[in-house]
Amino acid sequence: MNYLGWLVDGANWGGPQGITQRLIEHLGYTALTMVIALVVAVPLGAWIGHRSTSTGGFVVSGANGLRALPTLGLLVLLVTWIGLGFTGPLIALLVLGIPPILAGTYAGIRNVDRAIVDAATGMGMRGKDVLLKVELPNALPLIIGGIRSSLLQVVSTATIAAYVGLGGLGRFIFDGLAQRDFPQMIGGSILVAVLAVALDLVFGGLQKLLVSPGLQAAPRGPRRLRAVPSPKQQTPAAEAA
Amino acid sequence: MTWVLGNLPLIGDLLVQHIVFSLVPVVIGLVLAIPLGWLADRTRAGRTIVINLSGLLYTIPSLALFVFLPAILGTSILDPINVIVALSVYTVALLVRTIADALSAVPDLVVNSATAMGFTPARRFVGVDLPLAIPVIVAGLRVAAVSSISLVTVGSTVGFGGLGRMFTDGFQRVITAEIIAGIVLVLVLALVVDTLLVQGGKALTPWERAGETVRRGVEA
Repeated sequence: MNYLGWLVDGANWGGPQGITQRLIEHLGYTALTMVIALVVAVPLGAWIGHRSTSTGGFVVSGANGLRALPTLGLLVLLVTWIGLGFTGPLIALLVLGIPPILAGTYAGIRNVDRAIVDAATGMGMRGKDVLLKVELPNALPLIIGGIRSSLLQVVSTATIAAYVGLGGLGRFIFDGLAQRDFPQMIGGSILVAVLAVALDLVFGGLQKLLVSPGLQAAPRGPRRLRAVPSPKQQTPAAEAA
Repeated sequence: MTWVLGNLPLIGDLLVQHIVFSLVPVVIGLVLAIPLGWLADRTRAGRTIVINLSGLLYTIPSLALFVFLPAILGTSILDPINVIVALSVYTVALLVRTIADALSAVPDLVVNSATAMGFTPARRFVGVDLPLAIPVIVAGLRVAAVSSISLVTVGSTVGFGGLGRMFTDGFQRVITAEIIAGIVLVLVLALVVDTLLVQGGKALTPWERAGETVRRGVEA
């Protein structure tokens, strides 16, 4: 069977149920979810992390526990309760999309070297300035990491949402299944995979662009470059001086 | 609740299917990931390839992988083998990196001591490097097993078995109790497997606890 025939056939790309339209729908669901998730999760995660209370640990463990929650079960449950339409799937997408960003932002802020924060306070920066100009830029690698895993989760779940009647690229998989049109199913699945990889690459590139070069060589861990040598490394001459 | 009590045999069958579909891939993935992780730890080129390829494979949404594997494997589109292979791929992608990191974290001092005591490289790997890497490998296995248990359900939208059937069936026939029971069973199964892995890891690494006792003893 020629699996790729469906994908390269121009007739399948246009029209109200064509690949272009479905791709736009898929990107639309993803973009809407991500915007809401970012608006909710980044400020909340930053606030919990910045307040440096010990109660924030549940955020990370909650995000990890969510891995066990079956996406499909959540989707069909919400749609059974709320009814067909976009509201049920949107809630499911948010439930799955928010925790990784929340956990990434929280962990990112908490992992900022305390010495850097102390230095900022010592220079006279207030709480808001410390958060916006010091903690957030330093936390950016982990925040973007969280956004990337959230994005993959959302793209993946938006595909499954076609099962409960939504549009998007998942339509080709389920319509293909219903019509026993396997080239359409496989073509659709290739499109989903390519979209996920492409979006991840875009955000990987964004990470390189946005994160300060000083943080990219050693994003975390003890092997951080230090401007001041530790006492052990000081030469006798320096001590004498 | 009535639905659940009236369909216990069906739920039992689905549960057994689910355990097979989700855990066989984890075992296959672990067996494949150990030699690959060793390779990635040993060579710089291996590490680059493994990190990029596993990242790429992990990016592909599960439903897409379930559906286009037949095009690569030449299997029938609803063959359970597709699910097993797809989830094995995810497990390998996740574990190879973990194992490579765990192996490179084994202290040089220990490795050199083993070599000095006459361990051949192969025996050293099995007898020294691998056991010391167990705690990190178990951490990776927990993520892999829990994800796998959750991901199998996605396959039921394209006709595969397992507890996901309770979601598709409950959705089509609008039986909320069936959907909720399915979610609870998946969560409980994930919790049980996770706990077993933690306990198994502890049983395999008695020296980790011995260290704690000694340290506590010294402090007291």
